[in-house]
Amino acid sequence: MSEDKNTKEPMFSAKIAKILTRPFNLENPITVQVLGICSALAVTVQMKPAIVMALSVTVVTAFSNLIISTLRNTIPSRIRIIVQLVVVAALVIIVDQVLKAYVYDISKKLSVFVGLIITNCILMGRLEAFAMAQKPWPSFVDGIGNGIGYGMILITVGFFRELLGSGKIFGIDVVPQFLYDAGYVSNGLMILPPMALITIGVIIWLQRSKNRELIDKS
Amino acid sequence: MKALRKFLDNIKPHVQPGGKFEKFHSTFDAFETFLFVPDTVTHKGSHIRDAIDLKRTMSVVVIALIPALLFGMYNVGYWHFASLGKEVTFMQTFIFGFFKVLPLVIVSYVSGLGVEFIFAQIRGHEVNEGFLVSGMLIPLVMPVDVPLWMVAVATIFAVTIGKEAFGGTGMNIFNPALLARAFIFFAYPAKITGDYIWTAGLSGGTGIVDGFSGATPLGLASAGQMDKIPAINELLLGFIPGSIGETSKIAILIGAVILLVTGIGSWRIMLSGLLGGLIMTLIFNAAGANAYMELSPMTQILMGSFLFGIVFMATDPVTAAQTKRGKWIYGFLVGMFAIMIRVFNPAYPEGTMLAILLMNAFAPLIDHYVIEANISKRLKRATKASNL
Repeated sequence: MSEDKNTKEPMFSAKIAKILTRPFNLENPITVQVLGICSALAVTVQMKPAIVMALSVTVVTAFSNLIISTLRNTIPSRIRIIVQLVVVAALVIIVDQVLKAYVYDISKKLSVFVGLIITNCILMGRLEAFAMAQKPWPSFVDGIGNGIGYGMILITVGFFRELLGSGKIFGIDVVPQFLYDAGYVSNGLMILPPMALITIGVIIWLQRSKNRELIDKS
Repeated sequence: MKALRKFLDNIKPHVQPGGKFEKFHSTFDAFETFLFVPDTVTHKGSHIRDAIDLKRTMSVVVIALIPALLFGMYNVGYWHFASLGKEVTFMQTFIFGFFKVLPLVIVSYVSGLGVEFIFAQIRGHEVNEGFLVSGMLIPLVMPVDVPLWMVAVATIFAVTIGKEAFGGTGMNIFNPALLARAFIFFAYPAKITGDYIWTAGLSGGTGIVDGFSGATPLGLASAGQMDKIPAINELLLGFIPGSIGETSKIAILIGAVILLVTGIGSWRIMLSGLLGGLIMTLIFNAAGANAYMELSPMTQILMGSFLFGIVFMATDPVTAAQTKRGKWIYGFLVGMFAIMIRVFNPAYPEGTMLAILLMNAFAPLIDHYVIEANISKRLKRATKASNL
């Protein structure tokens, strides 16, 4: 996209709205671009860590997009990856410290995966593909949008895994006792990582059967 | 028979394209071709159409499974009354087992075919017959006391994720029946492992004879109680606890003969699977590091579901390797891994299921390299010939 320095874009134009909502469905980072899968598999056993992870990634993507976009004209292109990493790493450390200070047990559950946001492909993808060529405000919105797109999938997967795997939502029992008495058993497979992959696979399946233009031509 | 034909012919115009119930064409077609030999003829060019289509092929496999099923029913009753210490007649034993096994068969068929019919309607293609066999295999690889809803959930999962997601019959990479079992195995491990679930009514039952254990030969072996493993002839006849269809090796061998005579099961896979298992056991015998490794090859082969898996599951024409050489490699590795997993991993007393699923995943790769090797061999020969 070309930059036009003279015309001033309004803060909330239709274009900005499109940048925000595009990653929700047709350009979803997980189901369409298939980025950031590893954390989606790792932190979706329960809802709480999934939501915290989604928030962390949203914050880091948004602000790294913002910072890199502000710096984009001063970053020498040969060392841009290193600059991007420094910015992302700094943000991730801040997020990690905040999590440790305020939600310590969830931070422990997320363990290395907060640190691994640095290597999350969604981040690098957005920085390279979007923030390096766009103004700060659209970049920021793009970061938020992608964070939410990522979070939506994470929370959906987390919802089904926690509900079917341990019969709980947010750690509260939701499967009534009489079902257990009748012989219902929570599905142990849902807690194992393969089921996260299959759940994401099912989401991809449903999404593509609704949006047929997403189906890869073979 | 004539009345049935007439009935179908009456419905037929309504479900053809353009008819009133066009939507149900695939459902109608499924029943029609199941009941009668389809009268489809080739319109263009000269093709040879065999009278045996997928449905007949599958029916033969189902027939081959009948001995194992019948024996399984009897065995269920046998162990139930043995655990209670009661003396009953042959018919009582069989009828008890029959009514224990029948619900499993019905649940498996209803849930599996339900998914198949739904997908056939949505996609507008004919109902695939592949499930005729899977639906019979699923109850045969279950312990008798498994809850019915688990069978239903596992079957729906296996057919949806294992088969329809890949495009239906002929496209699946994993054997649906084994996938259903693996699903229960990992999702509800308490209902498919241990000593108590193999005999009807043993867990939580009252009036159990003192000292009755109900442990399968494999359970005994992985617990290190080698002296308690039944003798070869008992393993062969099948009066041992285990999954419904796997216990009688004689019934399985009858099934194997049916499959081999009709040419539906691949003798290469069966033979190489057996060889793989034997060779692995002999290697273990030579190593002899523990009591499990020292078990005789005969016992190893006859224990558990090894033969059942090799005969009915590894030979699944869709998920097995397709090339002749590929079949040898595939079967051999299935046999080797089956024995290896059961000896090395105490968490999985039976390795056959995992071995076949693993090799299902590798079958396309094996075929790829077999074909590549053949191409390069022939290319070499061709270049040599042209250089002369």
